[in-house]
This record gives sequence, structure tokens and C-alpha cells, in this order.
Amino acid sequence: MSITVIRSGLLATIQDLGRYGYQRYGVVPGGAMDTGAARVANFLVGNAGDEAVLEVTLAGAKLLIEQDMLIAICGAEMKVTASGERLPLWRPALVNAGTTIHFEACQSGCRSYLAVAGGLDVPKIMGSRSTYLRAAIGGFMGRGVKAGDKLSAGPASPLSMRMLQNLVKKRISSVTVPSWHASHFAVADELAEPMIRAMPGTDYERFQASSQAALFSETFRIAPQSDRMGYRLNGAEKLMLAAPIEAISEAVANGTVQVPSDGSPIVLLADRQTTGGYPRIAQVATVDLPVFAQLKPGDRFRFEAITQLQAERLYLDSERDMAILKAAIALKFN
Amino acid sequence: MSGNHVNDRRRMACELLALGDSAVLVRLGDCIELETNRKVMKLSQRLEAQPFAGWIECVPAFASVAVHYDPVLVLKSRTWEEDGHATLFETVCFRLERYLSNDQQLHLNEQASRTVEIPVCYGGDEGPDLSFVASYNGLTEEEVVAIHTSSDYRVYMLGFAPGFPYLGGLSERIAAPRHQTPRTTIPHGSVGIAGKQTGVYPLATPGGWQLIGQTPLALFRPQDEIPSLLRAGDTVRFIPITRQQYDLYKEGAL
Repeated sequence: MSITVIRSGLLATIQDLGRYGYQRYGVVPGGAMDTGAARVANFLVGNAGDEAVLEVTLAGAKLLIEQDMLIAICGAEMKVTASGERLPLWRPALVNAGTTIHFEACQSGCRSYLAVAGGLDVPKIMGSRSTYLRAAIGGFMGRGVKAGDKLSAGPASPLSMRMLQNLVKKRISSVTVPSWHASHFAVADELAEPMIRAMPGTDYERFQASSQAALFSETFRIAPQSDRMGYRLNGAEKLMLAAPIEAISEAVANGTVQVPSDGSPIVLLADRQTTGGYPRIAQVATVDLPVFAQLKPGDRFRFEAITQLQAERLYLDSERDMAILKAAIALKFN
Repeated sequence: MSGNHVNDRRRMACELLALGDSAVLVRLGDCIELETNRKVMKLSQRLEAQPFAGWIECVPAFASVAVHYDPVLVLKSRTWEEDGHATLFETVCFRLERYLSNDQQLHLNEQASRTVEIPVCYGGDEGPDLSFVASYNGLTEEEVVAIHTSSDYRVYMLGFAPGFPYLGGLSERIAAPRHQTPRTTIPHGSVGIAGKQTGVYPLATPGGWQLIGQTPLALFRPQDEIPSLLRAGDTVRFIPITRQQYDLYKEGAL
């Protein structure tokens, strides 16, 4: 056994990049909310990218590392300590057996991802290790981790072993970190209202002109009833259809912005239902979903309208950056 | 081919819309009807049998199919014909046209429609609202059961929860409004009526449906290759069973 959960905090679940191929049976992909941070954390420990990580929500979680281990934490701006010492984020770390990792305080963002060399080892259910809370499947026995749970890591890759050996040589204290790190990929600036890029949705034209305009000019606040399924938004103006429509249920996607009859939009996220019956006013660009998923209740943001072409280019660019980061790490330890 | 008409093209009464930057929504109609739903099944079966490069999955619904794709793989697999497309959305639409037309190479055997029998223990603790549904419609409980078990129901789509079927075919004679205050938890396997809809809850969830019975069968089967007892396009028939048979099912004896 390699990690014992001392405290889970608000919610900590095992997630990978999702469960694909089962939406036609009503099973949503789920997976990490901030896939960017989860992937970078995996790259930093020599993993392929889609291994299972621990998604830690806000502050409070405490873990005991029971064997020397290569780990990385990415995601929210968070004060994380390793046996009392500040642990740098977005950087691999060799952590000695007996070290306590504490997610102490959250400055910005709300989800941190802990990756371990080899990935967290839990059984794959329907091709994925992601926890799907609603159906109580995947992850650690289909639930969030609790105090006393013991998590283990899968077999480390040759790259992870080389990275580990490199840090072992430099070891002087309970935590050893290299001088290099990955740049922050997906944390919204805490001071500004972030702009979340989005395209008009499949029912955009059916909304009143004033609602169409409000969508891309108003400031929205994330409502308290927001979770892995979706974020409810509060804005000054209610979004209204030009004429009532009888919408029949059809598939939704990650980042679909649907509007129930009360006029307050909901952005559907990782653990959404696979289908929905409300009109869709917008769709968040895939490239900005990791940023959006770091917003927490009370945070403000605005939507910025972009075209399909822009969204595609931004996505392809970000995928290229990911591939470059992964290749650069592999090259460094070749 | 010019790129201007793809954002809202109509072809054979069908509409291809961007559902973000990695899915296309193909709307084949705008109401719940058998013919449209058959087209939905046909399109998703064709795509599943012979997927294009970059295809991830299809999500069929009443009158539409969402086609999810990986933009990186679609870009990498673009042919000379597709190189001039302004967007990847346009390329995916171009590829989907083939599945929507009557391309001879794609003439697959229509998947045989399955009939699935669902045993239900009606009334009693398993169906606490059976008496309400009966009195609301001026019927006896036996009549409600007889009507509920006499129809064939089509699984139009799965959604809402893992393995949850949207069924068509409920007789209006046993339709009943939802509870004004939803129950905080409904046991999995509950068979209910809400308005003109009938369905079975695969998971224990809160819900406002009128519960008329319960099936011992699991609708969501995460350990199976196909994790759902029902598939879109199936025909469902409810079979009344006694409380004793229900217990035997639960014990695995039937």
C-alpha cells in the first residue's frame, strides 16, 4: 500500500480522462473536471496522461505517503505542504515514506490533481477508473475516498523510473523537487473576471435578442448549487426564449449551456446527464472547460463569443502544447 | 463544395448542427414518432458498424443523433477532398453525408429488433401508487395492471440515468400526473407513470413518478459488456408476477 487517506476534505475522488462509448446507454463520460491539470500532473511523473489521479476539491484533504514515491500536484492555486514544508505545484516531487501531504488552503480555483508514478490503481469499470458518484461505480469502490482508505499505485513506466532515480541522487530532505516545472495550464486569474470562450448553441436563435446579447455581455456568478454535474449561473438578466418551444430530449455535451424556464442558465459538466430537454443557448469551447471547472460558487466570469473555427484552432493549439510538454519531459530523461 | 451552407444545412429533412467543437448534432425530425426514431437508429448503427476516422461515439435520442469526434484525429485523417474545408465541423458533416445518403456500401443488415420481457410485481409495497393511478382513471387496480401489461412499448432512447429507457406506447387510460412533492428516494427497479410516460428507475434516485410496481431485474449492469438491459430500438413488454415470484427472481432462482 502506498497512500493512506487521513482526511478527505470536502470531496476527493479518483478520476481519469473519462469513460467513453457508453453515452448511448445513459452513462456519461465523467472523468477529471480540469483535464488539463490532470494530464500535466501525469506527464510530470512520467505517466502517459490518462492514468487515474486523485481530484481533491477545495482544501482539507490530508494524505500519508507510505513509501518513497514520485508525485505531482497541479490545478488550483493551493497551499499544499509536505510534512509542514511548502510543496511546489506543477512540478514533480520525490516524497519519502512517512511524509504527510496536506491540502491546506485554496487561494484560487477549486480542484487539485495528485498524480503518482504508475497512476492510482483501482479496477477499470467500463474502460475507465473514473468515479461516477451517481451510479456508485468506478474509482475507489464507487465513492469518494474516506479516512482510512488505502490507495496504491500501478507499475511505474521506464520514464518514471528514470525520473525517480534522477531525484534520488539529489535527495537531501523528505521532499526533493527538480529545478524545472510546467507552466500553469489552466488556472483562472483570481483578480479578474475570467472570460470563458463560447459559441452560440444549437438553440441560440430561438432566444430573445436581448437574451442573446445579455449572454455575451453580462457578468455571471456561479451559484451555490453547483457541482461536478453542472454549474448554475446567476446573472442580472433572465435568458428567455422568443416563443415557447416544445423541446424533446436530445444529447448534450460537456460545456453545453442550457436554460430551464426560470431563465437562469446551467453549464453541464463532467457528471452531467447524457441527454437533456432544455433549450441550449451556448456551448463552452473545449479549450476553456478546464479553466471554467476551476471556478467555484461565488466566482464571477463573462462569456466571450468566438466562432467554430476559432474554437477548433484553440483546441488544436492546446493539444499541440500538451504533446510538446509530454515529448519534452520524455526527451529530458532519455 | 462551398463552406457557407453547412452551418444549417437541410438535406432529406435533416439538420447538422455544431454541438461545440467536438460533436455534431444531427436532427432528423422535431417530434417523437416511430419513423424518425427508426432513422435515428439506422444512422447510429451505420456509424457504429463503420466509423469514420476520429469517431468516438453516437448518442441517439428521440429524433437526433449526437456524433462525438476527436478533432485531432479528424484533422490528421483529412483527405485531399477535405483539405479545402474551413472547419473540422465541415469535414465531419462531409463524412456524415455518406451515412445519411443511401450509399450502397453502407447497406447493413438492420439490427434485428429485440423484444425484452420485464417481470413486474404490481401494487403492494412495490407499487404504492397503483391505487391512486386506478382511482384517478376510474379503474380497478387489476384493470390498470391489465392495461399496462397489454401494450408493447418502444425504447425510443436511453438517457437521464444509466440504463433509463424513454418508452413510448403508454395507454392514455392509465396516464397520471406526477407527485407534487417528489419522493426523496425511489428504489431501483421501480416501475412508474408520469403523465403519458412510463419507465423503470435503474438507480435509487429521488423522483416524482407514480410507482405502480417493481421489477427484480437490474436495468443498469456496469459489469456487462453492454451495461444496459435495454437498448434503443428494443420492444418492451411488462409481465405481471406475484410477490412470491418476485422474491424467487431476487434470489436468482428464476
